[in-house]
This record gives sequence, C-alpha cells and structure tokens, in this order.
Amino acid sequence: MAELWARLTTYRRLAGASIRARAQYRLTFGLDFAAQLAAGLSDFLAILVIFHHLPRLGGWSLPEVAFLYGMAGISFALTDLCIGQLDTLGQMIRLGTFDVFLVRPLGSLFQVVASELQLKRLAKAGQAGAVFVYALANLHIGWSAPKLVMVAASIGSGAAIFSGVWIAGSAISFWTTDVQEIVNSFTYGGSFLTSYPINIFGAWTRRFLAFVVPMAFVAYYPSLFILDKPDAVIGQPALAFASPLIAGLTVLAAAAVWRFGVRHYRSTGS
Amino acid sequence: MIEAADLRKTFTVYRRAGRLRRERRQVTAVDGVSFSVEPGEMVGYIGPNGAGKSTTIKMLTGILVPSSGKVLVAGLAPARKRTELARRIGVVFGNRSLLWWDLPLRDSFELLRHIYRVPAVDHRGRLAELSELLDLGPFLDTPVRQLSLGQRMRGELTAALLHAPKVLFLDEPTVGLDIVSKARVRDFLAELNRQRGVTVLLTTHDLSDIERLCPRMLIIDQGKVLYDGGTAEITARFEAERTLVVDLAETRPPLRLARGSVVRTDGPRQWIKFRSTQTTAAALVSAVSEQAQLVDLSIEEPSIEEVVRRVYTGEAVPASTG
Repeated sequence: MAELWARLTTYRRLAGASIRARAQYRLTFGLDFAAQLAAGLSDFLAILVIFHHLPRLGGWSLPEVAFLYGMAGISFALTDLCIGQLDTLGQMIRLGTFDVFLVRPLGSLFQVVASELQLKRLAKAGQAGAVFVYALANLHIGWSAPKLVMVAASIGSGAAIFSGVWIAGSAISFWTTDVQEIVNSFTYGGSFLTSYPINIFGAWTRRFLAFVVPMAFVAYYPSLFILDKPDAVIGQPALAFASPLIAGLTVLAAAAVWRFGVRHYRSTGS
Repeated sequence: MIEAADLRKTFTVYRRAGRLRRERRQVTAVDGVSFSVEPGEMVGYIGPNGAGKSTTIKMLTGILVPSSGKVLVAGLAPARKRTELARRIGVVFGNRSLLWWDLPLRDSFELLRHIYRVPAVDHRGRLAELSELLDLGPFLDTPVRQLSLGQRMRGELTAALLHAPKVLFLDEPTVGLDIVSKARVRDFLAELNRQRGVTVLLTTHDLSDIERLCPRMLIIDQGKVLYDGGTAEITARFEAERTLVVDLAETRPPLRLARGSVVRTDGPRQWIKFRSTQTTAAALVSAVSEQAQLVDLSIEEPSIEEVVRRVYTGEAVPASTG
C-alpha cells in the first residue's frame, strides 16, 4: 500500500512536471484541445448521419448506440489520458532516449506513460461523457444494483482492455520501429469499432473482436446486459460478466509482451 | 566492483537485397570482453568509433541484455536487477540528456530526488555540495534547453551523483566541450574519485581525458580488448610524439631539422614529427623559420585510431591483455 502511494506520488510529480513544461506553450495547448474536441465530435456525427437514413442499426436505436458509444468512449478517453504517451515510444526508441528510463530505479513502462500527461486528451472524455448523458436521458433503463455495478466495472475493464492492446501493440516497436501506424489501427481503430454494435460486422470480424483483440468486451457485452438485448455473436449475453476477467488477462499478457520487448531493446548508435 | 567475463553482444541486422529479399547478417559489437575493476579505481575505456565502447557500457548499466557472458556491477547482474542497480550507479551520456528539457535544473533535481527516493535532508546537503563544486548557482533556475553544453554537462554530472552512487559510468562526457569546460569536468571527476572513492568507468575518444584522469586504461577495437594496463605505458610511447604541421610560403623539399623529421609533404605543407621529451614545439618553430618563411602552423596529437593501429603493428606491446 505504501509502495502504491509512493508510486502515485512519483506519477503526480512527473506528470505535474510535464504539465508545467507544457504550460510554456499555451497557444499550442489551446489549439490541440480544440482539435481533439472537433475530432471527437465528427466521430459521433458519423453515427448521427447513419441514423438520419436508418431508423435502427443492427437492431439498435440511436440512444442505444449512443449508450454504447459513450461507454466505449469514456473507457478509451481514460486509457488515452493515462497511457496515451505510448504513442511516442517508437520515437523514443529511434532516438535512443528510451535508454534514460532504463538507468533509473523505476519500471520502464511506468516512466514512459508518466513522461507526459496531456490534458488536451480530456477533450475526448468530455465529448464521450456528453454523448453518454444524452443516451441516459433518452433511454428508459430499468436500473438495478447489478446494472450500476456493471457500468462502473465495464468502464474500468474497458480501459484495461484498451490499455493492454495498446501496450502490447506499442511493444512491437522494440523489434521494429516505424510500426506506429499499424499499432494505431488497432488502438484508435479498435476504439472506433467499439462504438458500433458488433453484430453489424461480418462473422469473422465479430469473432476477431470478441476473442482475438477482445474489443467486444469493452462495451458491447456490458451494454447488452444493461440494455437487456440478445447477443448476436455466440448467443451468450452473460459474457458481460467476463469483461473484468478478460481485462485482467489482457493486461497480464500485455505486461509479459512488454517485458519481453525490453529485453530485445537494441538502443541506438553510440 | 565491475566484473565482465567473456561478454558478448550480437545484433541481427537486416539489409535490403533486391526488391523483396532481405539479407540477415549477424554483427558482433562486443566480442568476448573480460575485465574487472576494483572499488575506487578510475578506468578509461577507449577505442575508435564503433569499437563497442557504448555497447559495453549499456550492458554494464542494464540497458542492453548481453548475448552471452557474465557481468556483475556492484554485485548485481545489470539487466536482471536493473532497478536495484540503478540506485547504486550513476550514468552520464555525452550525447543524451537525463534532465528535463523544458524545466529548470533545480526542478530536474527535485524530480530525481523523488525517483531515487532520497531523503530531503541528504538531497539538500548533496545538492549544496555539488553545486558549490561545479558552480551551478548562476544557472540553477534556467531551463535546461537554454544552457550551454558545458553548463548542461555540469548539470548532468550533478543529476548522476545526487543519489550517491558507488559506480559512475561516463559515456563520452567531454564530447563537444570547449577546453575550459573540459578542464572543469576533469578536475571535478578527479576530485570526486579522490575524496569519495567513487569507482569511475569512462569512455572517450579523447586521449587527453584518459591521460589526465585514469591511471589504467582499456583499449577496445572491433569488440575485443587490445590492451589492459597502465595509461603511462601507452602515453609514454605516443603522447610524447607529436606532429608539427607547417604551411610554408612556397613549396620546398623536406626541411632538414636537428630535432624533428619531416614525415610527409603536400605542396607547401609539411608534417614534422618530434618528441616532446627532446624538444619543444616553440624551439622547432624557430628552427623552421630560420630556413623558410612560415605562413601557418598547427600541432597534431596522436589520435586514438593511431594508437590502436600501432598496438596492432606491435609498436606498443601490450603490458597485459584481457
């Protein structure tokens, strides 16, 4: 417990330092924040456009999709805020600045994610939160204790699943740099897919999302449970309860990939 | 304090050969290096570019995992006990900063205090002492990106020493520094080693760093240790030998001098080799100007590449090889 507290203090210090450093470039921050907000909004606009032409999408109404989108979006925004700095891992490895993390008495993954806390990423959370509130206002959910717990648990599990995929994907940079685009297609692309009911995709995409890159467990299964909808992948709405377990497994696997990656770190030049 | 036995690091390199085919090649950066360093020693680790100096340092500090061989630093296997080791060693990279670019030095030091969990009292004491020795006072509150290279290097040294490490690894600490800054860094390191008994391993390709600081040196080339022994034995042979390069007003046959010999000519430029034990550069210059009109001159010190070449050709017989 004391160890965890010490860790959090260190994180706060490091992240705080990055915010102070960034505060020197205020205009850049403002523009970045606006750009993130606009990107998030256009994301949801695409869904609105679809519903302008169709009354239901794969059996889901607009507020239901908004609920799904909101849950996934909040999970993703949390992940992005906490570990989004992994985006720069490829660059750190290419420039050899990753060396610096390895001569300090802290975990390397911890140092990479703590190297910068980008507040502009809060824009995404705000936007997803707004969509979620819209969904709640337009749905008539019969709330019960298990459903409330499910919302909280699935946002946490969702963030953990995103983190796991993100960490494992980024770790590929230890073997070969310049893979950031491929990694992005899994992380940002994954986040895009979780915003839609997965039954609208083809059978193989669905299975891939459910069992390979476990994106279906981010928001789809939990939403089925909360909205009392049937499962279209393997007919098991109870899979909603598997989310925390899947999340735990994803994180463990990601940590192993990371450790393995660090052992293959080659550093650069002199 | 440092033990390396048959240390090896091989990299797999892929090279494009044809449109789709890739050629796989093994490059051995460090090829069976063995040596040991006693507590309190100050050892120079030198070699030409690409000799394997940095790769060795990276294996000793836990950045790289050795392909084979044994290594122990302060009693720990670096890659496996990386975070534990980090508390006992300090590292300075000449070409890589361990400081926070946009923050004042003082803030960087405060962050490091948290990372290394140094008690506030110890931290204050050490920082006061180090900033006195390195004269950091005038720029403690300046963001690192605005510091000169010399100032930044003094900051890097402080950053590496705030947690009172037992071993200090310096990878090219004087690269790019002007003469005054170089002298300051060297004086500080000598003092540190003498007073605190910190073990120091220093890579450089500036022979004068080693001459000034390290009684013992290891010469490495193509991943192998060529020489492990006293610095004096090497410098007595090479440092004494300098080359005076003179540009004369006109092209002339090689000058005939009593205490120096022309080893090369190129138009009006002549290279005169002399031993600093027999004559001084000034005496030689006046001897030259008696015979010809002198336009310009410079003095060349033997380079590390030159020393390595001579060790190969047997002109310098290794006192003991590792």
